[in-house]
Amino acid sequence: MPTLVSHPDEVKVVSRRFGMGAANIDKYIELDGYKAVQQAIAQGPEMSNWIINTMKASGLRGRGGAGFPTGMKWSFVPKQSEKPKYVLVNGDESEPGTCKDHVIFLHDPHAVIEGTMIAGLAIGSKLGFIYLRGEYRYLLKIVEKAVADAYAKGFLGKNIFGSGVDFDVITQTGAGAYEVGEESALMESLEGKRGVPRIKPPFPAVVGLYGGPTVINNAETIANAPHILLMGGEDYAKLGTERNGGTRLFGISGHVERPGVYELPMGYSLRKAIYDVAGGIKDGKKLKAVVPGGASCPVLTADEIDVGLDFDQMGKAGTMLGSGGIVVLDETVSIVEFALRTIAFYQHESCGWCIPCREGTDWIKKTMTRVYNGGGTRKDVDNIQYLADNMMGRTFCPLGDAAAMPTLGFVKKFRKEFEDYIDGHKAGTPIITVEQLVGAGH
Amino acid sequence: MADVTFTVDGKQLTAPAGTLLLEACKSAGIEVPAFCYYPGISLKAACRMCVVRIEKMPKLQTACTTPVAEGMVVQTETPEIAQARKATLQLLLGNHPLDCPVCDAGGECELQDMTFKYGAATSFYAEPKHHREEQKWSPVVYYDRPRCILCYRCISMCGEGMDVFALGIQNRGSSSVVAPNVPAQMSPDDLAHVDCEQCGMCIDACPVGALTSGTYRYKTRPWEMNHVSTICTHCGDGCKTTLGVRSTSDGSEIVRGDNRDKSGINGDFLCNKGRYAFDFANNETRLTQPLVRQPNGELKPVSWEAALDLVGKKFRELRDTRGGKSIGVIGSNRTTNEESYLLQKFARTVLGTNNIDHHRTADYVAFAQGLAGKAGLTASLNDTLTAPAIMILGGDPTIQAPGTAWNIRTNVRNKRARLYIANSSEIKLRRQAKAFAHIAPFSYGALASFIAGDDSATDSLTHAGADAASFHSFRDAVRAEESLLVLIGSEIRGADLKRLLAFGTTMPNRKFALLSDYVNSRGAADMGLLPDLLPGYTPLAGNTTFAEYNTPSAPGLDMLEIFEAAGKGELSALYVVGANPISRYGVDPSSLANTFVVVQDMFLTETAAIADVVLPAANLYEKSGSVTNSYGDLQLVSKAGDRAGVRTDFEMIVRIADKMGANMQALVPFGKGTRADMGQSRGAQSGEADRHAVWLTANHLEPKLSPFDPFAILDEIQRLVPGYNLMRLQLLSGNDQHLEPAAGNLVQIANRRDLVLPANDSLFTSGTLGRYSAMLSDLQHNESLRPPTGLTQIQTAAD
Amino acid sequence: MSTVANTIFSPETAARFDHLVTIYPLKRSALVPMLLYAQDEIGYVSDAVVAEIAERIGLLELDVRNVLSYYSMLRTKPAGKYNVQVCTNISCMLRGGYEILDHCKAKLGIGHKGVTPDGVFSLEEVECIGACCWAPAIQINYDFHDDLTPEKVDVLFQIYRDGQGKDEK
Ligand SMILES: Cc1cc2nc3c(=O)[nH]c(=O)nc-3n(C[C@H](O)[C@H](O)[C@H](O)COP(=O)(O)O)c2cc1C
Ligand code: SF4
Ligand code: FES
Repeated sequence: MPTLVSHPDEVKVVSRRFGMGAANIDKYIELDGYKAVQQAIAQGPEMSNWIINTMKASGLRGRGGAGFPTGMKWSFVPKQSEKPKYVLVNGDESEPGTCKDHVIFLHDPHAVIEGTMIAGLAIGSKLGFIYLRGEYRYLLKIVEKAVADAYAKGFLGKNIFGSGVDFDVITQTGAGAYEVGEESALMESLEGKRGVPRIKPPFPAVVGLYGGPTVINNAETIANAPHILLMGGEDYAKLGTERNGGTRLFGISGHVERPGVYELPMGYSLRKAIYDVAGGIKDGKKLKAVVPGGASCPVLTADEIDVGLDFDQMGKAGTMLGSGGIVVLDETVSIVEFALRTIAFYQHESCGWCIPCREGTDWIKKTMTRVYNGGGTRKDVDNIQYLADNMMGRTFCPLGDAAAMPTLGFVKKFRKEFEDYIDGHKAGTPIITVEQLVGAGH
Repeated sequence: MADVTFTVDGKQLTAPAGTLLLEACKSAGIEVPAFCYYPGISLKAACRMCVVRIEKMPKLQTACTTPVAEGMVVQTETPEIAQARKATLQLLLGNHPLDCPVCDAGGECELQDMTFKYGAATSFYAEPKHHREEQKWSPVVYYDRPRCILCYRCISMCGEGMDVFALGIQNRGSSSVVAPNVPAQMSPDDLAHVDCEQCGMCIDACPVGALTSGTYRYKTRPWEMNHVSTICTHCGDGCKTTLGVRSTSDGSEIVRGDNRDKSGINGDFLCNKGRYAFDFANNETRLTQPLVRQPNGELKPVSWEAALDLVGKKFRELRDTRGGKSIGVIGSNRTTNEESYLLQKFARTVLGTNNIDHHRTADYVAFAQGLAGKAGLTASLNDTLTAPAIMILGGDPTIQAPGTAWNIRTNVRNKRARLYIANSSEIKLRRQAKAFAHIAPFSYGALASFIAGDDSATDSLTHAGADAASFHSFRDAVRAEESLLVLIGSEIRGADLKRLLAFGTTMPNRKFALLSDYVNSRGAADMGLLPDLLPGYTPLAGNTTFAEYNTPSAPGLDMLEIFEAAGKGELSALYVVGANPISRYGVDPSSLANTFVVVQDMFLTETAAIADVVLPAANLYEKSGSVTNSYGDLQLVSKAGDRAGVRTDFEMIVRIADKMGANMQALVPFGKGTRADMGQSRGAQSGEADRHAVWLTANHLEPKLSPFDPFAILDEIQRLVPGYNLMRLQLLSGNDQHLEPAAGNLVQIANRRDLVLPANDSLFTSGTLGRYSAMLSDLQHNESLRPPTGLTQIQTAAD
Repeated sequence: MSTVANTIFSPETAARFDHLVTIYPLKRSALVPMLLYAQDEIGYVSDAVVAEIAERIGLLELDVRNVLSYYSMLRTKPAGKYNVQVCTNISCMLRGGYEILDHCKAKLGIGHKGVTPDGVFSLEEVECIGACCWAPAIQINYDFHDDLTPEKVDVLFQIYRDGQGKDEK
């Protein structure tokens, strides 16, 4: 069972009920559960506008990675639609370094359900899906139980809270595919197809699941909605920085003393997150680098961590806030090895639909493998950079970029380490053995 | 949609809003490379070759998915774009086997062309390429995985285009692979296979050499063939097929059929028969010498001169002693219009008999009579691609007219055409149908009545499980259509057909077509291979149209009567041109014991086997002329293959007539004055020269002489046959043109015996001829190995 | 009562599948969960599973295979009773994931995708399983075990071998 951590700098909003037994519906109700949705319903005909305006005021930006303003996303859904509208909760959480949705489903599944209802009321949908990655079977059971309890209480189903509106929730499981976290691939998967993304436009808000307008949000985004309605959009916004409202769950992992999922205000210092919140580098070693927002974010060197954890500041620093998974590397890590393990993941997870990603990840992995095994030349570093450069912006969906960006980060910022490695001066302590290079899942 | 104006590479262009940028560029002559894009199938945006720079857009955009918009400014060939394409090609070539020198697609490969253009030939990968054994998915489809670039065209072609879904994509990432629907572990031979219609459309769509054709692979190089566009000999759709021809020591051999130029009436489409079933020409049992029955009963090869002498002498003698009425003539569904026309003219004016018929696969006589005097009511095959609503009564186009089925599917898919089907079986096209009326077996007569408004017919239509209300809602929906294309299967004939047409023609904006089975079934009827009608369904009685003919005025014997007469000993001679009635009609061979039988055929068929003289014939791919498809679309047939020893039916008829001492000038109006040199036929029969008198004279040219020139007869057809007012240049340019031979005001003839015998061919059979195609036999065998998939109930990826 | 005659599944699973195809706007949406639940019961996605699921949803078997081959948790060959999945992705790698993997290999005497001769265990190296903050982590069937050391792994294996492990399905 994942251990719960906490730190005084934390500002607990979405994690407020963690560790309090809120998976139990009565406990959840006791802790203000299902109040927000009733409050929304109490707005009467203004309900939809009220929800969307509150969400807009909160400055909440999507917690799935791209940071798109949630209120705005909801407002894009056409009011009138021939086809039914849907809410889709993205709990596919597969970005390496990320395990925040894991704890939400574990400790506060009703918040996700309530958030789904709120999103449904906002856009005029009658059906929501909560999609969990296949590996999260035990969490799926928790969520299924929570859904069943909500039905038993009459919270879900016909005429919810006397609103005259029906709302249903279906839980769904994936079966092992990172790409299915991409919103349109997720819809394909939910429709029983291969997890290959769709051509955009049209965007999901217009043509989504089963061809109907669909709001798709990350589980953490959705779980925030009830809290935001209860505390008011402005108050939530104030917790964070400009254009980056509120707080966020950060999963700090790797070489730190106290790894864990912490809720910190947006804009919190990355350095403090590592050194104060997570207790600093493990075993008193020196920091070498940080992958700040899940594996797809370009690496920051030890000198680059004086940056605030919000979407804009991280962007300015040449990387991304991503999924909030901060992976900390100490001085013993070989960047060549780390880069190889990273690209091996994307090579394995590329859906294979488009040429630049399918072939690009494969060739980068092959080339890096050879370099790692000692058969590299300096030209290979150029080739890796050439491949990644030519993937950037050219692929069908952002997975290609997600593979190219960290690769470019590693070879650009640690080019010398690559060259030294090739010349026989291997930095760090290699862990992966040659026979292990077949890679996961193959 | 309204037009928008935009700029591509500095040129101002206009196109309807919504047009894909790639298509708009193509129309303006700006070639944007594309692997995964293929017109008419779903968009993929997977290959990223079509990337272009659009002003105000942050990234390169795919032209294949971007609709043009007002004021859009586009660059299609900048260094940035060239680099993107080059990098993509480099990635592909990293694993590509580069076996271009032996690859079937070498010289016709889109990957090769693009590599040439963007200079991605150098590889900087040191790793070994993936190697995989080539797989034989069926007798006609082979898959070479390493050559595959995963453009997904084949998968869509098979699924969306053919509605077969025999190909899928499996695994993911760099392990992705195109997989057929019978996996190795489910197959008796532990190899993966396709269970499908074997159309080979996947092969045509493949931009590289990953999918290759069983008939063609590793045989020759594309540039070593001559390519001849002609018309497929098999079904009534009359698809254009481009035959790849190679010289051999005894003629020239067809090695490939395809449809890559898409220039024909069939657009994108070609089915397995059009693509592969030309190999009967090389069947080892093919006849290449005339055979004459000896006193001992054996058939013995003789010279052409001897055989023709004998036929001419006997025909003349029997005509003169027992009368023309004692001679029967049976024509063909696979000979050209010119040959059929010539045959009936020969029968009527030289043999002096109206005893002429052919194997009728649909009731064109009733069709013509039902539409008599009403112009503009017949449909072209082209209409099936554009009609907003289509009703199919009877028939099963998927099997009997695959080109029609393809067009209908395309129309439903891309233009949302509404399809209505009434049939006694759950035919596959019902998957595309908006409404399906499942009628009782053998109730097509009642169906015709019901559609025409007779409510009492519902009783006969109804069978277990169907209720009358559904038939009514079907009829209401069809009647509510403002414009409708009605395709009629061969099940509806005679009085039923006339009743249907009598009603249908009172409705506005209706067009009709009657589906039949072979390449020139319609032409055979149009050309008057009928005992009671002259060409163009002209009644014998009171005929002035063919006043120059000296034809008996009483109707002759039809197909069945001819054999009845033989049974009674009343048939002195039977002349069979390209038909196999003995097998088709189950005739007792002994009934012909006292009849002098002459058969022109490629093979020793059941009918040829009992003949007194067998004359080895050329097939449709070895001659020129014209054919008319089920719909009445006329198209040019060109000579592709050649075989020493055989002659065209046209030439044989002419030579027999000559041996009989006929007035050749009257039979074939081949010129003025002199009698032609009867020795020179090769050039003329191939239609290399269009030397007939009237057309040439009209064009101020001096006609040269040859009685073997089918165009001389075409000219007469054009001059005399009602409705065949064709346009020569259209024909010669290889375009199809729609004719309405029923346009004249015809005398209605009372109901006659039902003489229609549908061919009942499957996807892999084609009458007697099909039996001599090794490829079709292979495909039948292949088919017999697996049970059908039952696709009618299945949801597919496209649903 | 299963809607499919001669179902290969247990009555409970068959009933669950009967229900599953009715809850979605499109039947097909049941495909991925059904494949996974079928695998949980049968051990892998056999040809018979493919055939029955295709029949239940009304899909071509090819279509089912196309989908099934996409998802890495679905397998077409039997695994051990307990499938040990070791994450070696970045966070786990930094905290000993590969050490755990090597240890499992040595301990079980099998490699990646191997099955022990007694069929009790199988081993798989997998991508990130969403337990990065509690690395290194593994899953045995659906159970998470985190913050591992080789010693803890030994204890775990013993628990499973003794039939005491949770067998989350
Ligand atoms: C390759 C790829 C994987 C993704 N994986 C996830 C994921 O596991 N969970 C998630 O919430 N969003 C994921 N996303 C982002 C989603 O596409 C989408 O932006 C997000 O679910 C929107 O929710 P939000 O607005 O609440 O962030 C992924 C995107 C890409 C391109
Ligand atoms: S970038 Fe292309 S291959 Fe990669 S996951 Fe997206 S669509 Fe699939
Ligand atoms: S043609 Fe546009 S991406 Fe392939």
